[in-house]
Amino acid sequence: MQAKKLNVKDKYRLLTRDLDWEFSYEDRKEAFPYEEFEGIKITDWDKWEDPFRLTMDAYWKYQAEKEKKLYAIYDAFAQNNGHLNVSDARYVNALKVFLTAVSPAEFASSNGFAWAGRHYGGAGARVAAQMQSIDELRHYQTQIHAMSHYNKYFDGFEEFPHMHDRVWYMSVVKSFFDDCRSSGPFEYIVAVSFAFEYVLTNLLFVPFMSGAAYNGDMATVTFGFSAQSDEARHMTLGLEIIKFLLEQHEDNVPIVQEWIDKWLWRGYRILAVVAMMMDYMLPQKFMSWKEAWELYFEDAGGALFKDLERYGIKMPDFTETIKNEKDHISHQAWRVFYSFGHAAAVHTGTPTAEELDWLSEKYPDTFDQYYRPRLEAAAELEAKGERFYTAGLPQLCQTCQIPMFFTNVDEGKPTEIVYRESTYNDERFHFCSNECKHIFDREPEKYVHAWLPVHQIFQGNCGGGGLDEVMEYYRMGLGEMNLDYKGSPDEKRWKKWKGVA
Amino acid sequence: MARVQIAFQDNDESRYIVSAIEEDNPDSTIHYEPALIRIENEGSLQINKATVEAHMGREWDVQSIHVNLVTLTGNIDEDDDYFKLAWGGQ
Repeated sequence: MQAKKLNVKDKYRLLTRDLDWEFSYEDRKEAFPYEEFEGIKITDWDKWEDPFRLTMDAYWKYQAEKEKKLYAIYDAFAQNNGHLNVSDARYVNALKVFLTAVSPAEFASSNGFAWAGRHYGGAGARVAAQMQSIDELRHYQTQIHAMSHYNKYFDGFEEFPHMHDRVWYMSVVKSFFDDCRSSGPFEYIVAVSFAFEYVLTNLLFVPFMSGAAYNGDMATVTFGFSAQSDEARHMTLGLEIIKFLLEQHEDNVPIVQEWIDKWLWRGYRILAVVAMMMDYMLPQKFMSWKEAWELYFEDAGGALFKDLERYGIKMPDFTETIKNEKDHISHQAWRVFYSFGHAAAVHTGTPTAEELDWLSEKYPDTFDQYYRPRLEAAAELEAKGERFYTAGLPQLCQTCQIPMFFTNVDEGKPTEIVYRESTYNDERFHFCSNECKHIFDREPEKYVHAWLPVHQIFQGNCGGGGLDEVMEYYRMGLGEMNLDYKGSPDEKRWKKWKGVA
Repeated sequence: MARVQIAFQDNDESRYIVSAIEEDNPDSTIHYEPALIRIENEGSLQINKATVEAHMGREWDVQSIHVNLVTLTGNIDEDDDYFKLAWGGQ
């Protein structure tokens, strides 16, 4: 008689839970040394539910299918000179931000899941973390493969691993992952799977990929959606881990709440770069940062937190602040990149007249009043041949490492920069917000030694004190990867390919 | 009740999944966005294997939903015959 085919639930039980074993002669606590030190109480790992019930055999099958589809498109893209079909060469700068800042985070995340997965006592969580570790490695690799075609034709991609450890804006993403990977396994998974993947990842991938689609970039749309098909599973893991921890023991609730507050804030801060990308770096725009934020955070996140209320979890207190900031951060972040365009591996510039009008329409409460005049003034200087670059270096927030440019919108003072500080061991530390100060105050030892790019330059650890020396240390040079798009080698090549004078 | 949502890559396979969702969840709202199709519904949304197969005209494994999935919100309940998203305690 032919054996009966197993249903999904039985197959999951046999191929996941049954892989576990009892510790009969070794101490279980020694095998999982980090399971208790964060204060989390797990009473029964059997209560863990992996809602997708994806077993390893099915995982390989579907991942292989995704890869085959993806690489067929990469081949077609390269063979058909797909880079010539993007809306404008300016668009490629959005990809440079992605590869240099985001892709290395995928690798860090892979590393983090491999470690965290090893330290969960439950087989369901271990297998889910193992799959995610492999997913993240796949994302890192497929992103590099997608960008490798662009790297043949545009400046700014080639030194991304070197720059990741050194350049000021890349340190923002790097510090996020250094911070969570040096936490315990439960904080790590709450930070990445819940705060970042569940609540915020849609804001990273969906706008980036829809933006790529709008701008004719087939390769990026494809890797983005291929990655995002994994993200849907990651998001589910994030929701499961939260529910599991909250249901295991009531003592877990305040710990998890603190982690949610911390990591949502840290993740949100990183997204300032996505906000800027959406509003300023896509020649063909499809959605403003504000609209994306309302759809994916206020709407979808609101429903999530409503669902979590029954466990005693509440929306973080800073929700009002981020709501107030949504009208401002993309403009402020672009201003920083524009002012430091000599020290960034992307080309900057002022928006066209049409783009300014689009921004006015999307940000009726703030753009014309606060940001349009400054951009117009910058364009006037450009026209006179007096393009403005900031000569000094910005103060960085000790926690998020972002230059201090966020303004006091909470108190209705959108032109006043927020400066917060704390003193620890007789040393003063500076923060961009109450939240970043709070995160520092909670665990000062974790942040006092942060590698802050600006401090490092001043301490002489970045090649020297002059701009040329620092740019050499960054392997950025001057006038190829950086400065404005206008007059760049990227622009010259693009015009030649397109037959434009 | 809050809304659940699910999005798929816009391609030939997803189109059948989306029409099956439309049939089984008549109140759902379907948004066609660049390169993706996003479906929202109040409270819950269910995808049935039988309906998808009827639209596709061939066998369809519920777990192959992963191949074209872009994002989702809500708690998941999945079995051989269906895939369901819902908010609220289960």
